[in-house]
Amino acid sequence: MANKKYWQSFSEFNESEAFEKLSADEFKEELTVEPQTNGDVESSGPSRRDFLKYLGFSTAAAAIAASCEIPIKKAIPFVNKPQDITPGVADYYATTYVAGGDAIPIVAKVRDGRPIKIEGNLLSSYSEGGTTAKVQASVLDLYDTSRQRFPMADGSAIAWEQLDQKVAEALGGLGSAPVVLLTGTVNSPSSRAVIQEFIARYPGGRHVQYDAISYSGLIAANEASYGKKAIPRYRFDKASVIVSLGADFLGTWLDPVRFQRDYSSNRRITPANPTLSKHYQFESALSMTGANADERFTHRPSETGAVAIALLNAVNGGAVTGIASEKLKNGIEKVAADLKAANGSSLVVCNSNNPHIQVIVNAINEAIGANGKTVDWSTLLQTKQGLDSEFASLVSDMEAGRVGALIVNDVNPAYDYHDAKRFAEALKKCKVSIALSYKLDETADLCKYSAPVHHFLESWGDAEPVSGYTSMIQPTIAPLFSTRQYQDSLLKWSGSATSYETYFRDFWTKKLGGYETYAKALQEGVVETAPAGLSTAIFNAAATGAAVSAVEGLPKGGAIELALYENVAMGDGRQANNPWLQELPDPITKAVWDNYAIVSPKYGKEVLGIDLSRQRDADNYEVHPDKPVVSIKAGDKEISLPALIIPGMNDDTIAIALGYGRRSASNDDEDTAKKIGRAVVGAGKNAFVFAWFNGTTVERAVADVAVSKTGQTYKVAQNQTHNSYEGRTNVVKELTLEEFKANPNTILDERAHELKPWGGLENFEEEGSPYPVYDHPGPKWGMSIDLNSCFGCGACVVACSAENNVPVVGKNEVLRFHDMHWLRIDRYFSGNPNDPESIQTVFQPMLCQHCDNAPCENVCPVAATSHSSEGINQMIYNRCIGTRYCANNCPYKVRRFNWADYTGADSFKSNQQISGVGALNDAVLMMNDELTRMVLNPDVTVRSRGVMEKCSFCIQRQQEGKLRAKKENRPLADSDSSVACATACPADAIIFGNVNDKSSMVSKVRAENKNRLYYALEQIHTLPNVNYLAKVRNSATAGDIVRKDVNASHSATESH
Amino acid sequence: MIDQRPGVKALISLFFILLFSSASTLLAQDGGAIFQQNCAACHSINKDLTGPKLAGFEDRGPWSDRKKLYEWIHNPAKFMQTDPYTQQLKTQFGNAMMTGFPQLSEAEIDAMVDYINKAAAAIPAAPAGGQVVVKESSDNSILYGVLTLILAVVALIMLQVNSNLKKLADDKEGVRSQEPVPFYRNKAYIAMLTLILFVIGGYYIVKGAIGLGRSQNYQPEQPIFYSHKVHAGNNQISCLYCHGGAENGKHANIPSANTCMNCHMTISEYTGEKLFREDGTEVDGTAEIHKLYEHAGWDPATRSYTGPGKPIEWVQIHSLPDHVYFNHSQHVVAGQVQCQTCHGNIQEMDEVHQFADLSMGWCINCHRESKVNFVDASGEKGNQFYSIYEKFHDEIKSGKRDSVTVSDIGGLECQKCHY
Repeated sequence: MANKKYWQSFSEFNESEAFEKLSADEFKEELTVEPQTNGDVESSGPSRRDFLKYLGFSTAAAAIAASCEIPIKKAIPFVNKPQDITPGVADYYATTYVAGGDAIPIVAKVRDGRPIKIEGNLLSSYSEGGTTAKVQASVLDLYDTSRQRFPMADGSAIAWEQLDQKVAEALGGLGSAPVVLLTGTVNSPSSRAVIQEFIARYPGGRHVQYDAISYSGLIAANEASYGKKAIPRYRFDKASVIVSLGADFLGTWLDPVRFQRDYSSNRRITPANPTLSKHYQFESALSMTGANADERFTHRPSETGAVAIALLNAVNGGAVTGIASEKLKNGIEKVAADLKAANGSSLVVCNSNNPHIQVIVNAINEAIGANGKTVDWSTLLQTKQGLDSEFASLVSDMEAGRVGALIVNDVNPAYDYHDAKRFAEALKKCKVSIALSYKLDETADLCKYSAPVHHFLESWGDAEPVSGYTSMIQPTIAPLFSTRQYQDSLLKWSGSATSYETYFRDFWTKKLGGYETYAKALQEGVVETAPAGLSTAIFNAAATGAAVSAVEGLPKGGAIELALYENVAMGDGRQANNPWLQELPDPITKAVWDNYAIVSPKYGKEVLGIDLSRQRDADNYEVHPDKPVVSIKAGDKEISLPALIIPGMNDDTIAIALGYGRRSASNDDEDTAKKIGRAVVGAGKNAFVFAWFNGTTVERAVADVAVSKTGQTYKVAQNQTHNSYEGRTNVVKELTLEEFKANPNTILDERAHELKPWGGLENFEEEGSPYPVYDHPGPKWGMSIDLNSCFGCGACVVACSAENNVPVVGKNEVLRFHDMHWLRIDRYFSGNPNDPESIQTVFQPMLCQHCDNAPCENVCPVAATSHSSEGINQMIYNRCIGTRYCANNCPYKVRRFNWADYTGADSFKSNQQISGVGALNDAVLMMNDELTRMVLNPDVTVRSRGVMEKCSFCIQRQQEGKLRAKKENRPLADSDSSVACATACPADAIIFGNVNDKSSMVSKVRAENKNRLYYALEQIHTLPNVNYLAKVRNSATAGDIVRKDVNASHSATESH
Repeated sequence: MIDQRPGVKALISLFFILLFSSASTLLAQDGGAIFQQNCAACHSINKDLTGPKLAGFEDRGPWSDRKKLYEWIHNPAKFMQTDPYTQQLKTQFGNAMMTGFPQLSEAEIDAMVDYINKAAAAIPAAPAGGQVVVKESSDNSILYGVLTLILAVVALIMLQVNSNLKKLADDKEGVRSQEPVPFYRNKAYIAMLTLILFVIGGYYIVKGAIGLGRSQNYQPEQPIFYSHKVHAGNNQISCLYCHGGAENGKHANIPSANTCMNCHMTISEYTGEKLFREDGTEVDGTAEIHKLYEHAGWDPATRSYTGPGKPIEWVQIHSLPDHVYFNHSQHVVAGQVQCQTCHGNIQEMDEVHQFADLSMGWCINCHRESKVNFVDASGEKGNQFYSIYEKFHDEIKSGKRDSVTVSDIGGLECQKCHY
């Protein structure tokens, strides 16, 4: 471990001077004595004299304020209190997160009528309580200030009755011109029935499903190979060898929640069962899933087909041909051998949207016996059903004037269709255009009528993302605005008098056989009828030959190729106006608020002229947020983006994230802020323009792009390098499966050796420090984080922000190192930056370690941070005077300082406007809107400027849990309380509980994994209450150097 | 504590013992609260209700023996099997038997008896018209003040006399004396005065600053003259009937108008003793009830709801700063604290005022002294939540401690209330 090198940035890799200086200066800004006026007082920085002036002023102000009377507060009760509501007590309603076809069963926490937090629904045996960052953040979308608040016709407000009348007239007057309903994937059984009724009302009409990021290549391939126009369920839990051809199945591909659960079930390793699944990743750009792979091979995007064919030949016993790179060739041979050896328990998945490549992947899966084993046709994934060819023919029909009325619901092709302009022009040719949308987005803005819809938290409904697993939707709040859910509008326009609520109730009452069962289903949120067991589909080998020759005929790549990808926060961009998601760092680049072109270090050196192995260049590149801007051109489409150099990228590929660059039709910032949202203004560029239609599907890789330097720079806010451990990178521990098998106690032995001079493992607490050992008579909270199950998706980070009112600080502040996340996921690379195959990545969630001997506690001059008898490092905001000594003394760098009034909590408005720390982004101010503030958790103080804050182990939840047990007169149980990050995690990487209770989950995990357990920086005797379980990688190397001898490595550790 | 002088230490501890010893016994005031909570639903002091009146009960039946009273209250059914007096009471009161209160400790019952006896003695002596006679307090501060002033004047005169005499003596001895300085220009006086002003001013500034945002005795005028005395005192409605939230969550909650209407649908006029405002003006109780009808949207003439109603805008009295987390159910259910402990004798207030200053010191003191409902040696009584505190169980068993206070289980830690 000691001679293994981990690095977070290139300057750290080079150990450059500027990097050292940067880590030494933890707080960069200094207060100057003299104001730097230059005659302009407003823009000058604060000086010490100013500080004294303000101090005097505020004392005087406080004295004057004190002599005034306390304002009278009113306490206004209900006139007629509903029976099941007690003010101050939260209610929980089972419902479903819905975004296009994606649907996750959730439970919404409702405090005093407002949904404020989303948890996974544990009653669902499909998602088992897992969530994603997007799910966690969706509660904020409910309070989106840019929501459309009333129906509109021709750009002006109108009443619902009038709108219905106008729409009825317009649709009635179409004659023979058909009505087309354009939606995202609809997997709601009752909505499908509503749509059928609506289409039946308008003969000749049709329903077209459209997915911004479509899987129609996969669907078409399945039709060719299996005769089924559907997507099967992939069983990663049953696969011991997993090969992914570019599919980011842990982050964004199809159904990451279930995939993470399944995948992680084969990544938990104990000495009793020292086995791991083997995960190979072939890809062009470094994806989150690729970062978690055991072995990884890179290739150009245009080579995906060749790799698939080579793999097919290899598993069929043939030779690997058509692969130029020796490394890749050897890799394919090795992978093929492994796949064959694990016949029946191996799986290949691929993200290509080219149907021919997917047919080849189907043939590989057939050859390795995956059909019916790891590719399960008994349940079908119904999250993506859109077919690109259907949408393409719709656009041609519209252009030809063959569409009478287009009703658009929940999709935004004017933004995310590759030829958005063509769609916008075609839309003008429809006689009637109606938008059923959440806001006046790019598409709705072009429509004649718009009938705004509810947020899913205001709606009724159901969703069946996987066949046999239905999740119910019930409203958790009365509609905030004059909106109506789209099913209601369709029912109304098809002449029905029933509301959707009644329709939905009747639908399910009939289906479930009674009102009682319906009510129970609504309460539990899930209806599960999926068959047990797996089933196969009949494979038709005939399609394979044609696919192989079609793929061989694909054009070869040019000098540089482009891969478009989806990241975990932004997805297809529908939640782009969500500051929590915009501020969630990308797992790999750790950048926020923007998209960018990711390039390899080799490209950086050869084309951008940044040689990261040279200290000077690395410093310039890493220390300054200004990144060189490149212009990317494909055909007639061109955008300019800053370039980020990321190791592990294929040398000839650049990658751009989708979902950014939302912009309203007027192309005006103010208009965009009003209609789409204040958080999307300036956040990246739209990369959907580079996608292209191959005749059947839309592909998200371009084989030949022209890239040129523009000479400009652009600031990209990345937060990975903000907090340095000063070279103590042994906070991550990693070993190979071989090492683990040879000696499962490797980590334990290392710890024992390290702590030997100070009492060893047993007596380290007492003998390692002059401080006394304190009692913890009651519960003692502890957390265990398994690095083998953490994939870096960030669901925990957003959950933490939602639960604890963690402020959004905006891009300007992140650039100044002022990010506020209580929980961050550190990303470490190891390997040689110039060899993409050698790059291995470790993700480590880092939060307050709640040290029992905490360095922060004894430096606070006002005792604003202290330790509780339950092992929690307490931070008391109302006591804090903001010296920041604690943050300085924290070895884990997890304390966060409120440099400005991010939350609007101060009485002094100027703390936000012209504060001494620079202007805040508009998105931050948006978070202070009265509407947005409804999302705040009333049990957690909203912090004001000048105080420190950090992870509290969700103290409000632990207090509530203990109180519940006390009121019920019983001992504390695991089910009483947890922390937001642990409940959000789909892979159960974070386990939390009372470590004094030997039967609690966390105690059991610690006892079972004693040999992998370690504490970050244990040697400095901080005695953390958070432990990590070392990562075990199923490859020949983990990190740079294979561990040889435990003892040999120690001499190096001690010399550190 | 660096100072190890035994004398000082002993004095300090004696002082603290004196200070706190009085607080650890139950007072009659608590007895009143226990009575309201547990007994008042069926018993009154001077009136037979569901159960007999309790004034002078110790002279009746077997109750002069306190032991028997404990047994009866803890388990009436068992006691009655062998006791003819209570059997006779049962037939007299419509065959209804008293509920048992096994949770009441003997000390609590004693406090309650105390309260009953005091209340019974007080009632005949109460003056008519609801006027309360305020007992003259023996406040000596004015006397001390006058005394200090006189002494200060005497000291001043003496000083003047002294300087005059000195001057005379100096003149006599031919020492050239300095020009006499008038006292208002005397530097010693000015320094002294400044010091005194500084100390007094500082005292008031600090006191004022600490008191910022505190509002003890705050008694605003409410939109409806709602008398807790009439409801909780005279009519003995349980606090939790209206403030049910106190059992469930952080807010006790002001009842919604429909809760009031449960009773006031039938009670449309006030016939009790006269009500007076703090300023002495008389209150028309019936008119106040009709204000409620307006808010509830109730038409007393037709006895039906005729309007949507509008909420009553009560003025909030008890208000904690935003950075304080306080949970009523924690105290009422888990801690079994009586409402009166923090809200004062609410059943005697016509207009509610803030009884305690709700300062942090006040909270902390209670957390230091209050004992938690710890599981006893048998492991049956007490809250099972505390069964996990093995260390304290061992200490109780070995006699090292006899009880566990809130502070022992971390009740003084910051994040119990601030997060």
